[in-house]
Amino acid sequence: MVTTFEELIARDERIEPRDEMPEGYRKTLIRQIAQHAHSEIIGMQPEGSWITRAPSLKRKAILLAKVQDEAGHGLYLYGAAETLGVSREELLDALHEGRQRYSSIFNYPTPTWADVGAIGWLVDGAAIVNQVPLCRCSYGPYARAMVRICKEESFHQRQGFELLYTLAHGTPEQRRMAQEAVDRWYWPSLMMFGPPDAESTHSARSMAWKIKRHSNDELRQRFVDMIVPQAEVLGLTLPDPDLRWNPERGHYDYGPIDWEEFKRVLAGDGPCNAERMAHRRKAHEDGAWVREAAEAYASKAAGKGGRAAA
Amino acid sequence: MTEPVEGTGKHGNPLNSLAIGDDCLVLSHRLAEWITWAPTLEEEVALANLSLDLLGQARALLSRHGDEDELAYLRDPGEFRNCLLVEQPNGDFAHTVVRHLLYTAFLFELYGGHPEDEVAAKGVKEIAYHRDYARVWTLRLGLGTEESHRRMTAALADLWPYTGELFEDDPGLRAPWDAFVGGTLREASLAVPETGQRTGGRRGEHTEHLAALLAEMQSLHREHPGARW
Ligand SMILES: [Fe+2]
Ligand SMILES: [Fe+2]
Repeated sequence: MVTTFEELIARDERIEPRDEMPEGYRKTLIRQIAQHAHSEIIGMQPEGSWITRAPSLKRKAILLAKVQDEAGHGLYLYGAAETLGVSREELLDALHEGRQRYSSIFNYPTPTWADVGAIGWLVDGAAIVNQVPLCRCSYGPYARAMVRICKEESFHQRQGFELLYTLAHGTPEQRRMAQEAVDRWYWPSLMMFGPPDAESTHSARSMAWKIKRHSNDELRQRFVDMIVPQAEVLGLTLPDPDLRWNPERGHYDYGPIDWEEFKRVLAGDGPCNAERMAHRRKAHEDGAWVREAAEAYASKAAGKGGRAAA
Repeated sequence: MTEPVEGTGKHGNPLNSLAIGDDCLVLSHRLAEWITWAPTLEEEVALANLSLDLLGQARALLSRHGDEDELAYLRDPGEFRNCLLVEQPNGDFAHTVVRHLLYTAFLFELYGGHPEDEVAAKGVKEIAYHRDYARVWTLRLGLGTEESHRRMTAALADLWPYTGELFEDDPGLRAPWDAFVGGTLREASLAVPETGQRTGGRRGEHTEHLAALLAEMQSLHREHPGARW
């Protein structure tokens, strides 16, 4: 007896690539997984620019390994998207031509070394809160990719925290650098959870399909509740005068988010949108002759192998 | 400063851990410059891996001579003992592949001759992979397209002048290196170029590229004297 898509979803079972699925489900997943994959590789840039200036060899090794992990995440995710019938090349073209998005968070600059720590602590931290529920996403290949990714993201968050802790307990300049970086990244990291529930366009359907398990505002609250005590341990302040414990709700209240800024950055007007895209396109174009050569070599080798076998 | 590990390899000299540590440090840095610029996502991961391996070896070797960060961040170019080959700029991917082939074929033979040295004994396995990575890309680019062949030829002409220096300390490594590199180039239908030779790195006489590399690498560390990171 054939089990239908609806039955599998109702029973909380995984949808696998060969199962039948509604076109809308497939399209939603491609859009989401592609955006996620693009975010991993664009997200290499803001921190990648600090590898060559890392202030100790140990930090250099940690940062190199982290940025390498992000490239690996990109690979897993493009692989998961490919199970839905789109190639990595098509998805990269869509990114380069501006038809698909990446997370707006990576359009903010990293002017100091402390930004590397703030990204690890806040951006990887927010990514974990967003992504842990995706490990139970209804689409099997995506859920499995997320299990591997989440493990590595929690390393990244700890390392970012530890980097900031060292700065916050270092010289006065290091401490100032750490505080300024946290001031820069706090609000953008809250925006990573997307628009408030009332305005979120795709949320309801994604929840019904069990791609998404929690609302944007729920996850944002979870994140705030996580970072407030961590900021206290760091000895740094979060730039939000409305942040306080609300005993009735059992959560921290936080101030209003500037959604106009969010929309501006999303629309391409962030401080680094043009730079990130130009960097990515140039890397892709500069590498074209290498990819062509590798392909030509592979088909020549396959041709030879064919003749040898015959 | 602690004394370097005693013991000699099969060619009679102990591993020159300061020079080789500097080679690894500088080459690791060059590879790290590729991050976010690699031609494919697979190469992003692979180049980062190669860079991390070399950084690990650099740290282990330099630690024999003092504090690794003092050595990396507080020496001036004239105090570095790396060979000129590793400080040459990345150029296009062909230059990076050729540089890696020429250097890791040397390091593989050098490490192989020092089983008594802990870093060499462990490193030889990693470097075997590096040499193989460079060999496979040399074949792909040498035999791939006309353009890739042309770029490989240019890269060989640019980098060959820095190969003689590799064997200054240990001329016995030249023959096995020639066999591997020559064999790989032949297989890739690339010719061994005829060029002059430049040396000086082991004496601290570097090309202008090292100063530029160090200016970037050391900038933040030197801005905050005495800070912990
Ligand atoms: Fe990631
Ligand atoms: Fe991460």
